[in-house]
Amino acid sequence: MKNDEKEIKTNQPETSTEKYSLNDDRRVKALSPGALVTKRFFRNRIAVIGMGILIFMFVFSFIGGLISPYGQDQFFYREEAQRKEFAAVTQNTEFRYATSNASAFDSSVQAQTMLAIIQGKSQFSYDGASYKIEKEGQDFYSVSLGGEVLGICFKDIVNSTTGTDQFSFDFKYNALKAFANEKKSFNADGVKYEMDEKGNILKNGKETAYVSRYIVKALMPDIVLSRDFKDKLLSAIEANEKKFTYTDENLIVEEENTEEPMTDSADSTGMMSENMDMPAENMEMPEDSKKENKATAEYDIEFKASKNTWEILQSIETHKYDTYSEPSKAHWFGTDKYGMDMLTRLMYGGRVSLLIGFIVVFIETALGVILGGVAGYFGGWIDGLIMRMVDIFYCLPSMPIIIILGAAMDAQRVDPTMRMIYLMLILGILGWAAIARLVRGQILTLREQEFMTATEATGIKISSRIFKHLIPNVIPQLIVNCTMSLGGVIITEATLSFLGLGVKFPFASWGNIINDVNNTFVLTTYWFIWIPAGVLLLLTVLAFNLVGDGLRDAFDPKMKR
Amino acid sequence: MRKYVLKRVLVSVVILFFVAFIIYALMRCLPTSYIESIARQKSMQPNSKSFEEWMAQLKVMYNLDKGIIVGFFAWIGQALTGQFGDSWFYTVPVLQKFNDTVWLSFVMGFIAFFLEIVIAIPLGIIAATKQYSRADYTISIVALAGISLPTFFFASLLKLLFSVKLGWFDLYGLISRDYDTMSVFGQLMDKGNHLVLPIVTLVVISMGSLMRYTRTNMLEVLNADFVRTARAKGLSEKSVIYHHAFRNTLIPLVTVIGGSLPGLFAGALITETLFGIPGIGFVSYHAMIAGDIPFSMFYLVFMSILTLLGNLISDILYAVVDPRVRIA
Repeated sequence: MKNDEKEIKTNQPETSTEKYSLNDDRRVKALSPGALVTKRFFRNRIAVIGMGILIFMFVFSFIGGLISPYGQDQFFYREEAQRKEFAAVTQNTEFRYATSNASAFDSSVQAQTMLAIIQGKSQFSYDGASYKIEKEGQDFYSVSLGGEVLGICFKDIVNSTTGTDQFSFDFKYNALKAFANEKKSFNADGVKYEMDEKGNILKNGKETAYVSRYIVKALMPDIVLSRDFKDKLLSAIEANEKKFTYTDENLIVEEENTEEPMTDSADSTGMMSENMDMPAENMEMPEDSKKENKATAEYDIEFKASKNTWEILQSIETHKYDTYSEPSKAHWFGTDKYGMDMLTRLMYGGRVSLLIGFIVVFIETALGVILGGVAGYFGGWIDGLIMRMVDIFYCLPSMPIIIILGAAMDAQRVDPTMRMIYLMLILGILGWAAIARLVRGQILTLREQEFMTATEATGIKISSRIFKHLIPNVIPQLIVNCTMSLGGVIITEATLSFLGLGVKFPFASWGNIINDVNNTFVLTTYWFIWIPAGVLLLLTVLAFNLVGDGLRDAFDPKMKR
Repeated sequence: MRKYVLKRVLVSVVILFFVAFIIYALMRCLPTSYIESIARQKSMQPNSKSFEEWMAQLKVMYNLDKGIIVGFFAWIGQALTGQFGDSWFYTVPVLQKFNDTVWLSFVMGFIAFFLEIVIAIPLGIIAATKQYSRADYTISIVALAGISLPTFFFASLLKLLFSVKLGWFDLYGLISRDYDTMSVFGQLMDKGNHLVLPIVTLVVISMGSLMRYTRTNMLEVLNADFVRTARAKGLSEKSVIYHHAFRNTLIPLVTVIGGSLPGLFAGALITETLFGIPGIGFVSYHAMIAGDIPFSMFYLVFMSILTLLGNLISDILYAVVDPRVRIA
């Protein structure tokens, strides 16, 4: 019996063997069966390499995750400067019109006025009425009909300081008049306003409006530019500067939305299930990110000759998910499509893959040993029944069934943790038949041997006869079988996760890391996303197979020859 | 012999009955997402009936109003007369869709199978005859690597290398964009071109196990007494290996190969899906994802029949090829 672990130890340490005569039995070193197996195993160089790979994988997955500075579902962001058109500055070169009586000063009268101004006339007649033009200042004319000022033509514009106030004609007229004549104050609508030399109009010492030839307009209608901003911007333009920096607490900076990482597995290929599992709650911006919109902003000024405008481009620091970044010092294998550290994902993925492998094999083996042991020991109709069950399970096409169940779980939106448990149960239940068959076959031969008759004669109860005397003798084959099937289970799980039907986000698994390859762009551009995961997967499965092979040879040297 | 075959066939039929029942029960227990989505669609239309009413009507239409057992017998009754119903997802009769796609899968599978045999068996024999040599180690590791290689990873690597970097093949699909403008021969070549990568994938993935099987069996035979006798007679090594040993290795090989013949019709679900080859595997993958019960039922039962048939063939072949095996 290989597993009767009765150690026949060497009586003496190595150095004392000299004492015995050559034909002394005690010179012969007898190793325990376990030690023999170990010795034979370690003599097999390939198996030892496999063992080494496995140890590395375990360290990588289980300890690596602890050492890694990042979490499994920790997102990373990057600041990206985007130049966006923010505002436009136009120097007004056209005459603008304002009137107190829109019907009397319509566009045809305006055209006539224009014509008269160009021709240098001081009056003109149109439609039977006689209009009088008076030059009030530089590029500023008033048109009167019958002694009353009807309208004005101007190039300097009266702007509201707040940007929202509307001004009356009287106000505009008087303000412009004061501006043209460089007066310190004027009256409009019965209120006294003061004006400084820069064209700012103050009411009771408070600025309400200003006169300027430039129009500064924000591109977005909901953005109101402050007077201070406009002033500084204009002085920058007049100084012919290309850059402009402005700091203001009240400046309303557009809040830039972070781009959501796209889940684009549903690409042109039309294959694979869509990743419907984008967890919305994880995609929210962290709280602190909003403070990132600084009050200081940089602007680029570009003059567009064709439109006679200056375009103000704002460089906005956009807070984005750091997706698909190249391998760097911070992220050795780059980041994935969610902006998570690839190396850490690989570690946690290895943990999930290995754990699933072990648990599934454990379920398989438990079911197989119990049912196979019972069938083999009792024989008769129990054996027949269990073996027909084995036949049925052998016959069930497992991959399609798992795919169907996976799709059903997708439809039900099963929680990812529960899903993982279901997956393990399904894989275990579909896989026990082979082990049951193996155990039964072994037991059929073993139960005819003398030691079983002995157990019967000593009156040991049936359950311990099966599980204490029969099963231990099957354990070598079981260990080999389990090691080999671990590799198979890991491949199955990876394949399912790859198809999007296995382990789901936020859990990582080597399979669902490679899943990204369904996106052709990732396949062609971002090797670091999927090649490392594939290599790890291949190495792990290969190592399990190598170790399984080595164990089989070690347990049963006859097989090796 | 005839009695044995008859008995095996009968047992297989019983097994098949239970397998079909399990599959049917499973499909019925699942949330019928396909019908639900149709009902939701229909109830969205203006002036339509409510969702519940549509569900009720659709359930009657799709034979889902009966219990599982009654429904199963209804299904099996129709299946026995060759009526598998209409596919929900493809909206054509199941058999028609099956017939349209299965031959492509068969051709692909057959070529891959042929190449697999041609490559794996000689390599297995070389590995066995030169045991513990460098060639043996290399072949063993390559075989194990083939077994350990996940299909999807290998397929992605092939795509990256041959489709993206070298540009020899298309990434997806069976036909090129300008397929319709090609001559008949050109069309055939085009399809062949698109099948190269899937076939390479299939061969590399499945080659390993046959290689290992050949090696193990060859080693067993090489240690048999009659080989020693042959050597003792002074026969050349070549004659010993290829005349005496290999013939005996053929026994297990033929049974295994015969047993996997029905599997050629099963299609390669993963490979076809990865390369977008519209074979039976690809088609049924999408039917299964969509919850298409008639098609999935048919495909799963078909797969079970293939498995049972494979086992039967290999058992019978074993008795036929090896005169030492007597079947009562």
